[in-house]
Amino acid sequence: MSAPTTPVPVASKPPTGVRIRNWIGNNLLRIYAVLAFIYLLLPVMYTFVFSFNDSGKSNLTWVGFTWNNWTNPCGAPDVCESVINSISVGLVVTLVATMLGTLIAFALVRHRFRGRTTTNLLIFLPMATPEVVLGSSLLTLFLNILVPLGFWTVVIAHIMFCISFVVVTVKARLSSLDANIEQAAMDLYASEWQAFRRITLPLVAPGIAAAALLAFSLSFDDFIITNFNSGQFTTFPKFIYVADKRGIPAQAYVIASAMFFIALAIVLIGQFASRRRKEG
Amino acid sequence: MAKADVTQAEGDLHLERLTKQFGDFVAVHDLSLVVPQGSFFALLGPSGCGKTTTLRMVAGLEDPTAGTIRIGDTEITHQKPYRRPVNTVFQNYALFPHMTIYDNVAFGLKRRGVKDVKQQVADALDLIQLSQVAQRKPAQLSGGQQQRVALARAIVNRPAVLLLDEPLGALDLKLRRQMQLELKRIQTEVGLTFIHVTHDQEEAMTMADSVAVMNNGIIEQLGPPTELYESPQTVFVANFLGQSNLFQATVKETDGEEIVLEDPDGMFRMPKKRVAAGVDTSTGRKVLVGVRPEKISIGPLAEAAAAPTDGNYVDGVIENASFLGVSTQYQVRTEGGEHIDVFAQNLDVHGLLAHGAEVRLTWRPHHGFVLAPDQDIHAGVEVGAGVSG
Ligand SMILES: Nc1ncnc2c1ncn2[C@@H]1O[C@H](COP(=O)(O)OP(=O)(O)O)[C@@H](O)[C@H]1O
Ligand SMILES: [Mg+2]
Repeated sequence: MSAPTTPVPVASKPPTGVRIRNWIGNNLLRIYAVLAFIYLLLPVMYTFVFSFNDSGKSNLTWVGFTWNNWTNPCGAPDVCESVINSISVGLVVTLVATMLGTLIAFALVRHRFRGRTTTNLLIFLPMATPEVVLGSSLLTLFLNILVPLGFWTVVIAHIMFCISFVVVTVKARLSSLDANIEQAAMDLYASEWQAFRRITLPLVAPGIAAAALLAFSLSFDDFIITNFNSGQFTTFPKFIYVADKRGIPAQAYVIASAMFFIALAIVLIGQFASRRRKEG
Repeated sequence: MAKADVTQAEGDLHLERLTKQFGDFVAVHDLSLVVPQGSFFALLGPSGCGKTTTLRMVAGLEDPTAGTIRIGDTEITHQKPYRRPVNTVFQNYALFPHMTIYDNVAFGLKRRGVKDVKQQVADALDLIQLSQVAQRKPAQLSGGQQQRVALARAIVNRPAVLLLDEPLGALDLKLRRQMQLELKRIQTEVGLTFIHVTHDQEEAMTMADSVAVMNNGIIEQLGPPTELYESPQTVFVANFLGQSNLFQATVKETDGEEIVLEDPDGMFRMPKKRVAAGVDTSTGRKVLVGVRPEKISIGPLAEAAAAPTDGNYVDGVIENASFLGVSTQYQVRTEGGEHIDVFAQNLDVHGLLAHGAEVRLTWRPHHGFVLAPDQDIHAGVEVGAGVSG
């Protein structure tokens, strides 16, 4: 033990009540942020935790811990089929909606033509219309022209509402580009195609990529419109809705959690890449 | 990649009867001019007069409604922009944001499949003294640096004609003066034809070998800066470049090489060669007489009346005197009711003349100029910044 040191002078402290109030005042934003995050993430955490539940058929109460759901995610009947259906629909929809939407966005931003203002307005219509209305009216249409419901009707329905989001996203990016930049490229001996490929496309690419991701997640997530137009065809959201009546299998929680982490990884990679691009 | 097939051409740039309409609106009207090879040419005019449209037609970014564009004997009127031996420095630079400075400058060379790209880019960056930032992106440079990169990116291609659209417009005054000198140095060094668009008359006069003054889609006058300043042919030019006193007078008679004019203040003599082209000066005709404020000398009336006055004079009363250091600016109301501005150097001859003093204004006949009468006397006043002292 060392010899006792001289006592440290103690500054006169304000009363405890005031100190607590000051602390809250200084940290209010932080407290709020933590609460907001808990609110947002609690359901996800719940899903993640219950994906390890050794529950048997219905995953509503905690029974015990197991790896089985994760090692065998296709264990429950029809889960994986519905996921594969959803992914297939999502890929086709993303491809078509992104291509068509990007072309529309270019036409709207870069060209003056009759009906341009009207098109600009109509693009917003599917976003503003309630999904129930869209879904039911599409169903009426399909029934009337005798198209059998299934994979392709779901794809057509999804493309229809995804295009709007793609157009809006790509348009935002494209409008922020200086039209002079393309002309500068042509002034520097680049043909129309070269100017597009070397200048416009790389600059709009982040917008197109964002639009594609958005289209995929919208398609993957959609239940209402799908439910109207799918017939016997089952997507993942529809599977869960139907399964809810008998009890959702824990495997669905596994797939939902995996989706969350994949999405998170994509966002992080995107952030990282864009930071590197800015620094490079 | 396919090499761009660029037209080879050299010689003076000829614009012949060039017209551009947007719908019913005529932005450029029947414009003809010749820009000599290797010269520094300025296109000067107020905002909206059609300068950018003219440049864009030369660059191929706008298709002329009528007329032709030639470089030497080669016509390029309707050629694609990427086939023309013409490069542009854009008003807002238009650098490629996703490419490094090096790649920006190399862009044109690579499209043409030039061999020693590296060396040429290095030389161009040297010329603008920015070699050290070759690997940066445009967003990491200051406005002045971006401006120089835009210049290097165009110059490196050694175009037959280099177009600069208000290249210094976004820079602050100090940097602008500095860049004016730098641009002039670079032009002398590379010897290319520069067409410099600006609405700043001081910039045009300090930099250019010849200046075309543009207004409402037409060229008002074209010539070396001193000629435009000393012998304006229109009211717009007289007011837009510097400042002018203008007043109406009537032709009294012709006397050999001079004409005699009369207005409420008396009689003036004016050499015939100071009359703008096409102005009718037969006896009895009305004309406009102009004199620049710094060409007029001012003195107390009592003193001046005692000595014989050579040249033209009018008498009046000082309404306003502002002492500016190097000079004093007077506003004089003449007996005939005209308001005349005078810039007097502070030579300590008369000291400062006070408000209300009776004065005589004198000027040499060949310092005045005579213009056609059917023009708005205030044309170009508020748009020109004025070189006021
Ligand atoms: N694409 C266009 N469509 C319609 N009017 C235009 C277009 N481009 C230019 N104008 C008009 O032509 C006139 C001249 O424009 P501009 O050449 O840009 O002038 P400046 O460069 O001298 O300021 C302006 O009144 C402008 O509004
Ligand atoms: Mg302009």
